[in-house]
Amino acid sequence: MRNAFADEVTRLAQRDKRVVLLSGDIGNKLFDKLKDVGERHFLNCGIAEANMIGVASGMALCGLRPIVYTIAPFTTTRCFEQIRVDACYHNAPVIIVGTGSGLSYAELGATHHSLEDLAILRTLPGMTVVAPCDVTELREALSAALELDGPVYIRIGKKGEPPVHAGKIDFRFGRAIKVREGRDVALLVAGTIAPEALAAREILLEKGISAEVASFHTIKPLDTLYLDAAAGRFRLLVTLEEHGRIGGFGSAVAEWRANSGCNVPQLILGTADRFMHIIGDQVFARAEFGLTGEQVAESVIVALGS
Amino acid sequence: MTHLTTETRMADLENLRALSRDLRMRIIENSHRTGTPHLGSCLSCADILTAAYFEFLRIDPGNPRALGRDRFILSKGHAAPALFQILAMRGFFPDEWLADYGQNGSLFAEHPPTPHQLAGIEAATGSLGHGLPMGLGMALAGRIQQEPSRVVVLLGDGECNEGSIWEAAMLASAQKVSNLCVVIDFNKWQATGRSREIMALDPLAEKWRAFGWDTHEVDGHDMAATLAALNRFAEGRGKPVAIVAHTVKGSGVSFMEDDNNWHYKIPSAGEVEAARAELGVRR
Repeated sequence: MRNAFADEVTRLAQRDKRVVLLSGDIGNKLFDKLKDVGERHFLNCGIAEANMIGVASGMALCGLRPIVYTIAPFTTTRCFEQIRVDACYHNAPVIIVGTGSGLSYAELGATHHSLEDLAILRTLPGMTVVAPCDVTELREALSAALELDGPVYIRIGKKGEPPVHAGKIDFRFGRAIKVREGRDVALLVAGTIAPEALAAREILLEKGISAEVASFHTIKPLDTLYLDAAAGRFRLLVTLEEHGRIGGFGSAVAEWRANSGCNVPQLILGTADRFMHIIGDQVFARAEFGLTGEQVAESVIVALGS
Repeated sequence: MTHLTTETRMADLENLRALSRDLRMRIIENSHRTGTPHLGSCLSCADILTAAYFEFLRIDPGNPRALGRDRFILSKGHAAPALFQILAMRGFFPDEWLADYGQNGSLFAEHPPTPHQLAGIEAATGSLGHGLPMGLGMALAGRIQQEPSRVVVLLGDGECNEGSIWEAAMLASAQKVSNLCVVIDFNKWQATGRSREIMALDPLAEKWRAFGWDTHEVDGHDMAATLAALNRFAEGRGKPVAIVAHTVKGSGVSFMEDDNNWHYKIPSAGEVEAARAELGVRR
């Protein structure tokens, strides 16, 4: 996903002079092709994320389209107040990209986990919050973000994420994309954990349960049109995200349920309210929090049985 | 006086000094009328604001969002009562707009609103440590877009407690951003005490030099010296410029000078008249 990100930014910079990538001293070789497009398109801001968000906001207020890039916790929780004041209060069109989000960097320890970013950033007025499920959505999200007149947060994975979409997609912020049809259960998924939802769907099918899978690449604004329709079609709404269960995508859907009067039950799947003190790879970490395809399927079966 | 432009003649300097006295009086009257604090902080930067807005900055109140304009950011946003007054004096909006100052529904209070809300404002400050990073972004944007913009950021000495100031200082230096100038309103106080005692601020000018900035110390109430330093910046030093302006909190009114009670205190009607007499400004 990182390589696709660098490739897409390079492509965008070739046709849009406004694009500037601000890196928090990461991606040394990753952006060589972008640098070849022109010096004006790349700035290493060092390991100083608070300043980087301020610099990006100042640039955006002068007509540039800065894209801020570093590891997810450092470009979100580290500099939250700068995002709030410099980017959001000024409605500055800054694109903030958090790489290695969720449990992508599970083996690096909890300092590098990003399980709060969706929660805190969606509280900010004017902020669009996006979690593409694969590189196809990521490329579309970057193009769409450049057209938007306000701040956007995009959380991405690291590398080797399997594709979810086979072909071209109809991507619009705030409009979920149906990935698989189903009748009994809606598996609503945000971000690169989508393949686990697809795996869960296969297991559920074997048990005679038909699950629809929809990619909610935009957490804010939420696709309430899809949800309003889903309320009448399914016995259970399941939200799945590689993010804490407090305040993220699941919470956003729960808020919609509270306000809409929807009486279909919801199962919120995400990481538990605790830090992970042991290390392991991303697959191991997902299993620790009950987020593998098998575990998701089991949780759905239990929820349907109750 | 070596760096004074030929246009800044003695008569002009006298005119600027008169304007800064007017500015001080407006700030004091407004504080009394609206109960707005931070009087000491506003008065300490009154001469710097006057030099910037009435002489140095290439800005057009008739076209406040012109491309390539100079940008001034009041990073010590709590001195907004001074900024609002000088913007009105400079013609960015009519004085009548200030009539509802501090009332429910007004744009004018203790900190600047966003540029979208009020032309003439370049950044909504108030949370300290934000103006310099944003100003650096604007300076870099000017360089990338090949526009002649110069960016002046006014910092408080207390504000230099914030780590983001020094993050920006290092990046500006590494990038040799020559169209960026900070002026530090070094009035030696912050909200609750002496700025050099609360954090190890001294030696402040040496710190900016060590961070790679072309640094000068001036008397921030000396109009000629302040303008000379700004004009020296405009010549282009090949690096960012820091002007450490030694100032007095509450400057211009004897009973407010260097008395930190005026960080929050509101002047009485009698104190307003006493200040008026000292400043020699007519009603």
